[in-house]
Amino acid sequence: MTEHIALSFPAQVPIGRRAHVGVVASGDLEVLLEPLEGKLAEVAVHTKVAGYRMTWEAVFERFFARYPYALRLEIRDYGATPGMVWLRLVQAMEHAGKNGEQ
Amino acid sequence: MTEIPFASVSTFQELSARERLAALLDGGQFRELVGPFDRVGSPWLEPQGLVPQSDDGVVVVRGKTSGHAIVAIAIEAAFEGGSVGEVGGAKIAAALELAAESCRADDPIAALLLLESGGVRLQEANLGLAGIARIQSAIVGLRELAPVVAVVAGPTGCFGGMSLAATLCTWIIGTAHGRLGMNGPEVIEQEAGPDELDATDRELIWKLIGCEARYRQGLIDAFVADNAPSIAKAIGAALAQGVQTPVRLQNAEARLAGLRRDVMPTEAAGTGKVTTGGHRA
Repeated sequence: MTEHIALSFPAQVPIGRRAHVGVVASGDLEVLLEPLEGKLAEVAVHTKVAGYRMTWEAVFERFFARYPYALRLEIRDYGATPGMVWLRLVQAMEHAGKNGEQ
Repeated sequence: MTEIPFASVSTFQELSARERLAALLDGGQFRELVGPFDRVGSPWLEPQGLVPQSDDGVVVVRGKTSGHAIVAIAIEAAFEGGSVGEVGGAKIAAALELAAESCRADDPIAALLLLESGGVRLQEANLGLAGIARIQSAIVGLRELAPVVAVVAGPTGCFGGMSLAATLCTWIIGTAHGRLGMNGPEVIEQEAGPDELDATDRELIWKLIGCEARYRQGLIDAFVADNAPSIAKAIGAALAQGVQTPVRLQNAEARLAGLRRDVMPTEAAGTGKVTTGGHRA
């Protein structure tokens, strides 16, 4: 069954615009990225593969250490590997106009 | 050392639904209607252990192609096999109905359908079927007012109710990678056995239902190369012809007579073998 994971991380920098990348397809994921008011990043993961909360936490801890933007991420996952998740997250940041690391 | 010019290889079939639209519309510009951030996904998938997509796998945009105002609809093949459910079906049908309304108000809008679909989404049962029925009647309504152009350009192909929808369109464009048919090869093999059709025999399948074969059978109207400029040019040519009864439907009686001769060949009856000839004039 699908698992829902909600996480939040401290953030410093506002982000200008939203971004949408990816597809809910085998080994892939859909990412919706939106600006968020305040000093917080919120993540909501909906995944087909239950039981990997710690892996998701590790990916996002590393991600927000590099990209400390105040944003809301909605992830719809269909069995993507952590590497695939990372690539989609970086792609979403590029679409939102943030190419480099903060 | 020779560098392989990977970036210069432009294949249309590998593009996502949104990328396909950007590649075909003038200047890559469009305005999306009911996009992912509206979060109108399917309510039926999660209770069945599946993850819904925020646009239900259907991308609807307004833009221009070859200067013609158009509503363009692309189905994302990667999400649930491009299946059409309640939400995606309603998005497609409503877009076509709004285009017809605009035509009646003297603001003509043609329609472009990029069809990559296994047909109705089985998890949504009758709601998906009803959605496809509404799409079909919307196509028939709009094609009296403006051209409705379908493109079948990927290996997912266009099957089931959406293949019927495709054949109602004013004009169908295909590429060598596309397939068009009522039942897919796996379904035929499952229902009638591998003696009837071997679903792993790709060469046979594309000879039977690939878009090149369909073009030679007169079941699609244009066969073009797998790149955006070729497809865009074919779309422009189809739109320039304006409103017309689909050529495929003009000789329906003659085609039916030919079909009857084909399914009941006297000498081959009872062998259970599928013949592979693409052209059956």
